[in-house]
Amino acid sequence: MRDPIATAVMANPVRSAFGPGRDGQVVVNIGPSHPATHGTIQVIAALDGEKVTRVDVHCGYLHRGFEKECESHTWTNVIPYVDRLNYCSGLINNFAYCEAVEALLDIQITPRCRYLRTLLSEYSRVADHLTCVAASLMELGAMTAFLYLVMIRDYIYEHLAALTGARVTYTYGRIGGLARDLPEGWLVRLDEILVQYEDFIGRIHGLIDRNRIFIDRTRDVGVISSTDAINWGFTGPILRSTGVPRDLRKDAPYLAYGELDFEVPVGIKGDNYDRYYVRMREMDESVHMIRQLMDALPAGPINVDDRRCVLPEKHLVYTEIESLINHFKLIMDGPQVPAGEVYTAHEAPNGELGFYLVSTGGGMPYRMHVRSPSFVHMGGVHRLLEGYQLADVIPTFGSVNMIGGECDR
Amino acid sequence: MARRAIPIAAAQPRSNAFDYLSTKKDELVGWARKFSLFPYPFVTACCAMEFMAVSSSPYDTDRFGAALPRFSPRQSDLLMVVGTVTHKQAPILLKVYEQMCEPKWVMAFGACATSGGFYQNYAAVAGIDRIIPVDIYVPGCPPRPETVIDAIMMLQDRIARDHHPIVTETF
Amino acid sequence: MLTAALEAMRERLRGGIGEVALVRGMLVLDVEPAVLLRTVGDLKAEHGFDLLLDITAIDWPGRTPRFDVVYHLYSTRHFLRIRLKVRVPESDPTVDSLATLFGAARFHERECHDMYGIVFRGNGDLRPILLYEGFDGHPLRKDYAKQDEQPLVRYRR
Repeated sequence: MRDPIATAVMANPVRSAFGPGRDGQVVVNIGPSHPATHGTIQVIAALDGEKVTRVDVHCGYLHRGFEKECESHTWTNVIPYVDRLNYCSGLINNFAYCEAVEALLDIQITPRCRYLRTLLSEYSRVADHLTCVAASLMELGAMTAFLYLVMIRDYIYEHLAALTGARVTYTYGRIGGLARDLPEGWLVRLDEILVQYEDFIGRIHGLIDRNRIFIDRTRDVGVISSTDAINWGFTGPILRSTGVPRDLRKDAPYLAYGELDFEVPVGIKGDNYDRYYVRMREMDESVHMIRQLMDALPAGPINVDDRRCVLPEKHLVYTEIESLINHFKLIMDGPQVPAGEVYTAHEAPNGELGFYLVSTGGGMPYRMHVRSPSFVHMGGVHRLLEGYQLADVIPTFGSVNMIGGECDR
Repeated sequence: MARRAIPIAAAQPRSNAFDYLSTKKDELVGWARKFSLFPYPFVTACCAMEFMAVSSSPYDTDRFGAALPRFSPRQSDLLMVVGTVTHKQAPILLKVYEQMCEPKWVMAFGACATSGGFYQNYAAVAGIDRIIPVDIYVPGCPPRPETVIDAIMMLQDRIARDHHPIVTETF
Repeated sequence: MLTAALEAMRERLRGGIGEVALVRGMLVLDVEPAVLLRTVGDLKAEHGFDLLLDITAIDWPGRTPRFDVVYHLYSTRHFLRIRLKVRVPESDPTVDSLATLFGAARFHERECHDMYGIVFRGNGDLRPILLYEGFDGHPLRKDYAKQDEQPLVRYRR
């Protein structure tokens, strides 16, 4: 390990694109340790009075070397790392990654697995949107709304802990299926939570939707046009808030979305209010989808019957030598994935989450790249911040929902 | 311990009465300090989700007096490092720690802050105690809210038992 | 349905750009570095690939040219993706920047430069984005050791 990089007093990890002093402009540094920017992001803003004239966004403070790390772990061991990308909706990361590997292995997952993955993806989407809306409302001062939404999110976390064993980072998806099937009574509790969700969301609508303060702070703030949004790579709720009804679940259906009945909410102006409302409506649509999936959930096995990637049953591992060796090889060497490359994208709560995998045969990825929506949004967020007030930086950032784990990987 | 206590050199041999009074003073100050922790949530990654959960209604750190975060290091005394600290973030963490006034305590919240977690590569610092002294380590990835509450209570016990020199040579 | 759309797009591109392969539901095109900007411009203007999804690279240390710069584009009209692969040698890892066509290219190119050292001609801002000032080397190259840390702060112990 090398000696620390030499500096005089304290190392400055970034170089700003502009400095202070031109025409009396003040340059302010927001972050990377800041209470209101949810995540480690640094925004260097040049101000003219209260107005932000120019913005230089620095991310990378949570760069944890995910892509390099994945090159030295087996395909299955990568799944916990993948969880921690967009940690607000861990299951979607799991399933998108597993689907990419399954594409390389040419596996079709079982119908029950397909429906369960869809149901849990939508459940995760609800949890993510709850977190985003709760955090941005808290920054605007609506502490009560934050507490209501985190209450529901906590019910969801406990419920998912009953299924997967963990509250936040689940590691539940497996190549070829899922880790385990639903426990007894899980769907009954799911129904209860959805009913409570509707009650709490009704209260939020009542508190926030027509609240004068909220409207003043978010209407016509952080506006982006649809052509700009597409040029700068925005996808997900931000693109939909500009009026463009692009949603991978409708445009290129994957998992069980082709069989579901749901709408794609769009905004009108592309401002913070629209992004808030698009997320609220998306949560309602997710709940509607979850109810359809609960009714339509088929019986059957969770995992595909494929020895290349699915662990054999425990009782077989302890009694049959072939299963023992199979289990051993899968754990130690990882599933042997044929050479090839694949790009699979899911509609994550933030936008298009893509996994680009390159395999040269063998049990470990040769190259693993994540197309993360948050990173691309950070490239374009200056369009939302420039020209508005300094105090608008916070609600706009909240509405963009930058998740550090996904942005910096 | 996060900081060294510098005892006052006594002008005369200390009596039992002085020891008794200073112990009582320590207990009083310890009681006051432990129930009025002002955390600085140095939040970076996934543990933030559990930090939000533990500060909110279901679990509630407000019961322990530790709910009110002070987002200026000058006004806070408990630095909760929540999430992975990378090498890029390390100078910022050190600067925030140095800006805090005595007495201060540091909680390494989560596996990444404790030891780097499972990120053993060029980017992540393998535990924040390589940079700043840590008082309490909270295991978990992320830790359940009950674990965090347990950690806060353990830290409170330590603060209660601690030696609190109100007047020192340097003050 | 998707296959039909992909085949239709292949026909269109065959006339305009060239032979496009079809790999796992994705159009894949190998592009020479010299014609990259023109090809992407054509794809954007005439064939409707208006959303730049991703720019990344792959390191093949045993091979010359060493790096594959990989672009993914999406068409919001046809709902199709296309992958472009450009090979650049280690001696001169330079490729044209797409910043004039897509604003989204800037951050992607900065990251690619950070991680691999690919130089994007025309992108004026190639400051480190995921790494930090003073970081020496390009971590995602296969010859960079995974645990080679470069601390900014002196360790206590």
